[in-house]
Amino acid sequence: MRSIQDYAAVAGHDVIEHLRQLAALLQGIKIVHVNSTRLGGGVAEILRELVPLKNELGIDARWEVIRGEEAFYQCTKNFHNGLQGTPAPMAEKLLRIYEDTNAANAEELRPVLEEADIVFIHDPQPLLLLRSIPNRKGKWIWRCHIDLSHPYRPVWKYLRQFARHYDASIFSLANFAQSLPHTQYLIPPSIDPLNEKNREMSDGQVEAICTQFNLDPQRPLMLQVSRFDRFKDPCGVLRAYRLVKTFAPSVQLVLAGGEATDDPEGRAVLEEVRSEADTDPDVHILLLPPDADLTINALQRRADIVLQKSVKEGFGLTVTEALWKGNPVIGGDTGGIRLQVVNHHTGFLVSSPEGAALRTRYLLQHPEKVQEMGTKAKEFVRQNFLITRHLREYLSLMVALIKGDEERIKLEMHVDR
Amino acid sequence: MNHNSSTAFAVKDCALVAIATGQKAQDLRELRDKLITIPEGSIYYHFWGGRLRPRFDDPQYINDFATWTHYQVHDDTLAERLAIITPTDFQDLESLRHELIEILEQRLDEIQWPALVSPDAQFHFIRSQIVVFDTGRLVESPEGLAESVPHMSLGSVFYHFIDARHRLTTGQNDFSTWLNGFGEAYRDLCTQIASIDPYFATLSELRANLGLVFSEYFGRPAS
Repeated sequence: MRSIQDYAAVAGHDVIEHLRQLAALLQGIKIVHVNSTRLGGGVAEILRELVPLKNELGIDARWEVIRGEEAFYQCTKNFHNGLQGTPAPMAEKLLRIYEDTNAANAEELRPVLEEADIVFIHDPQPLLLLRSIPNRKGKWIWRCHIDLSHPYRPVWKYLRQFARHYDASIFSLANFAQSLPHTQYLIPPSIDPLNEKNREMSDGQVEAICTQFNLDPQRPLMLQVSRFDRFKDPCGVLRAYRLVKTFAPSVQLVLAGGEATDDPEGRAVLEEVRSEADTDPDVHILLLPPDADLTINALQRRADIVLQKSVKEGFGLTVTEALWKGNPVIGGDTGGIRLQVVNHHTGFLVSSPEGAALRTRYLLQHPEKVQEMGTKAKEFVRQNFLITRHLREYLSLMVALIKGDEERIKLEMHVDR
Repeated sequence: MNHNSSTAFAVKDCALVAIATGQKAQDLRELRDKLITIPEGSIYYHFWGGRLRPRFDDPQYINDFATWTHYQVHDDTLAERLAIITPTDFQDLESLRHELIEILEQRLDEIQWPALVSPDAQFHFIRSQIVVFDTGRLVESPEGLAESVPHMSLGSVFYHFIDARHRLTTGQNDFSTWLNGFGEAYRDLCTQIASIDPYFATLSELRANLGLVFSEYFGRPAS
C-alpha cells in the first residue's frame, strides 16, 4: 500500500505539504465520485488512485459505479461518439433507457448522493443522476473527460440541458469548454508514477515479459497501447507500420489494449484490426486483461517507437505513460495529445498514417534524438501530469467551491504531521 | 504582509487553477472585441500564467497573445509588436488592456483581411485562481536571502517576484518591499533587484539571477 509520503521522492516534499494544507480545509466533508466502470479506461484508472489518496489525507471520499443493461451502454457509447464529433443515432427508445437507468441508479445511490458535500459525476453516463436528486445538499460537478471540441450538435444539445444545472464542470483543455452557465475548470488528468503501470522495472523483467509475447529483443518495436476504438485509429497504425516496413523490414508492431465494460464496440473494432493485420507474423495484437498493468509497463519500456495515432482524444493517458518512461511519442494532432506532445520537443504530432510512418522512420534513424526528446518528455510529465498535481487541482477546486469564487485562496501551514 | 525590520520574510508558494472563460476568438477582430470586456484576470493569466507552465516555445513570444498570433494567425509583424509589450511598464491591467487593444486596432487598420484561423486553433481566454501555500519557512535577516532564494520553488519565485507586482499597490516585488522596511540600509540592493527584468526570463533564470544578486551583495558564494 502506497502512502502519500512516497510521492515526495518523485514530486518533491513541497508538493506533499501543499496537499496537506489544502486537505486541512476539507476535513469533515463528504465527497463522492460516480462513473460507469471500475475496470478499463483512463477514468477508472484515475479514480482507483485518486480516491485512496484523498482518504489518506483525511478526506471522506468514496467511489460509486452506476450499472446498466447493454442498451444503456450502447446509448452512452453513441453519446461518446457524438460528443467527439461523429454523427450518432439518438433513438428515442435508447434515450428512455438512458434516462430510466440513471433514475434507477439514483434510487440506489440516493442516501450517499443526498448527504454528499461534493459530488463528481464523470462523463455522460451518470450525468442525469442530478435530476433525480432534488434534495441534494452539496455542490455537483460534471467532469467531462471527452474531447468536446466539435460535438455532434444533436447529442450535445440533448446533454447540455442536463449539464447546465451543475454547479461547475471540469474539462481537460480550454478547447473542450462549452457555453455553460457555471465555472468551467481546466484540469488535465494524470498518471501515478508509483503504480504497476509506471513504476521502474529492471531490464530483465522487461525482457521476460516481452518474451512471453514472442517479441524479438533484437528488432525494433513500434507500439500503440489503447482500447480497440475507432477514435484511436488502430488501422491507421497498421498502415503506418506497413509504410515503415518497406524501409525497415525487421520492424515489429504491437497493438495492445484491453476492453472497458462500458464500451460495447470494442470487440467489433478488435475484429476489424485482426482482419486488417491478416497473417503478418510481425504484427502482435494483444487483448490484455484489465490487470495487465505490468505488461503495459514493460511494453512501453521496450518499445523503440510509441504511437498514439488517435483522431480524437480526450487526453490520452497512454501518451503520458510513454513520455514518463522517456519515450518521445508520435501522436495524432488532436485533443489532449496536443497538450502532451509538444511538436519536436516531446514527440511529433501527425495527421495521417503517412505522417506517422515518416516520423517513425526519422526516429529509427536518429537514436540520439530519441534520447534527447525522451529526457525532455519525462521532465515534462514530472512537472505537469503526475497525480500529485492532479490531486492538488481537485483539492483547490473543492476549496474554491466552498470558499466562493475568490481570485486568491490563502492557506496556512499544516502543523499536525 | 507587513514587512519591516522586526518581522521575518515568510516564504510562500503558489499554484494557479485555470478556468475557462468560455470566450474565444477566431480572428484578430474578434480578439480585439473580446479584449474590451474580458475580465482583468484573463489578461493577467495570458501575460504571466504561462510562467508556471513549462514550455518549449520560442522565448521571444512570451505572452499568449503573441504566441497565438505567431503560430496560428501567422502574422509575425503583429506577433512582434505584441511580444515586445512589457507588462511591468503599465500601472495596472486596465492600462495593459488598452495597450493591447491599441496595437490590435493599429494592425487591423493596416491589413485588409484579418486571417481566420481554424476552429481548432482559436484563442481561448482563460483566467485563473491563485492558491497560496505557506511553506513555513522564514528568512530572519536580509543576509538569509542569499541562502534561501536559490532553494525556493519556482512557485515561490512566481509569488514573490511576479505576482507581488499585481498584488501590492506599490507594484513592487516582495523582496524589495521587505528590504525597504529596513530603511535606507538596502537601497543599493533594491536597485539591483529592480534591474532584474521579470518578463524576459524564465522562473529558473529569475531564481538564478536573484540568487546571484543576493550572494554578491552579501559576499557569499552563489549556491
